[in-house]
Amino acid sequence: MERFVGDAAEFVPILMHGVALTIIVTLGSLLLSTLLGLIWALMRVSGIAPLSWASAAIINLIRGIPIIVLLFYLYFVMPDLGITLTALQAAILGLGIAYSAYQAENFRAGIEAIDKGQVEAAQAIGMGWWLTMRRVVLPQAVRIVLPPYGNIMIMMLKDSSQASTITVAELALQGKLIASSTFKNTSVFTLVALMYLTMSIPLILLVRHFEKRAGHK
Amino acid sequence: MIELRDVHKRFGSHEVLKGITASVTKGEVVCIIGPSGSGKSTILRCINGLESYEAGDISIEGARVDRNAASIVAIRTQVSMVFQRFNLFPHRTALENVIEGPVFVKKEPRAQALERGRALLAQVGLADKADAHPPQLSGGQQQRVAIARALAMQPRAILFDEPTSALDPELVGEVLSVMRKLAEAGMTMVVVTHEMGFAREVADRVLFIDGGVIVEQGPAKTVLNQPQHARTQDFLRRVLHPM
Repeated sequence: MERFVGDAAEFVPILMHGVALTIIVTLGSLLLSTLLGLIWALMRVSGIAPLSWASAAIINLIRGIPIIVLLFYLYFVMPDLGITLTALQAAILGLGIAYSAYQAENFRAGIEAIDKGQVEAAQAIGMGWWLTMRRVVLPQAVRIVLPPYGNIMIMMLKDSSQASTITVAELALQGKLIASSTFKNTSVFTLVALMYLTMSIPLILLVRHFEKRAGHK
Repeated sequence: MIELRDVHKRFGSHEVLKGITASVTKGEVVCIIGPSGSGKSTILRCINGLESYEAGDISIEGARVDRNAASIVAIRTQVSMVFQRFNLFPHRTALENVIEGPVFVKKEPRAQALERGRALLAQVGLADKADAHPPQLSGGQQQRVAIARALAMQPRAILFDEPTSALDPELVGEVLSVMRKLAEAGMTMVVVTHEMGFAREVADRVLFIDGGVIVEQGPAKTVLNQPQHARTQDFLRRVLHPM
């Protein structure tokens, strides 16, 4: 235990650099996946067949490819096509695209859960499609969507470790580097696990808060 | 001001409206009665383009109703609708429900809309409920907010789709009395209803619909007191004397 405390004092400052990158990757890809997910979902419920069809195709394509392969593709294949991304850019883009499929399905479920009468009431006062979405459907869908959204945030935090495979020195890779140079596997990976857990706990509490709020309307 | 000419509507293979021809003049109150599934609500929903129709013509002050045309928005701001299940926006207060259309569709200045909105809530007897959210209101209060929301659009006509059918019996009166006042003030109204008392006292004209056709129509008292057709007689007997 004493040795662990000593190791912790030594390694935590280095690991904190990894934490910073983990947070950047998570937040960046969260933002991107939310934006893309919303676009796919709105295309899906637009009632315009080609848009809806394209959205379904995109979602299935994304869902069918492992995140790690998507990351390799962006980082190693894109340069062959003349587009060179930094590891960090590729990580945010890859995770953002990968998770946009899950975001889209969540948003779509939330939108479709809204009573049809709400849409009719909006139409009856002359609202068009976009105004109906913005003023009536989406504000109500948010309540339904938030608890699963929180869970997706937690999954994204943990999956940001996959960025390590394309050399982003986030928490997991930082840990692996320290471990392989010091051979203190137990201390290092226990610290890494604890640090992920510490970042997850506020998100877990947030999900619980969302669930409570969605429960009583 | 509302004209229907030989309107046909089908859901899949089921033909709901089999050639409806009718008209509503300005200031008139028309009640549509008939058994459930007869197509009453569908007529209303076609008039403001919530449903499409396959054949015939519906026009409002000469403008053809086509739910896929851009003109539908203008028509909907002129013909308001009150729904059986109120369909208030639950995430907004009563007052916000009322001003939603004026502010976001008709671009009325917010301050002016708020002032009018408060006056409309007072008109339906809910001045003190402006800041309440719909789930905090009784069914009768919600429906009165919905009527205020419809009035806020300053419509030329209001369509009521069974406005009291979802209400507890003791709350029906407060909604009907608001509607009666509107009728007395000269509002053009088309009301699908099972409230025969309201139809008899307030309606200028009654249409009896069965099986997607208008079986009988005429002045309210004539149709309701001396129905000519056997189907109308049978329907009224069952509604008025259910035991």
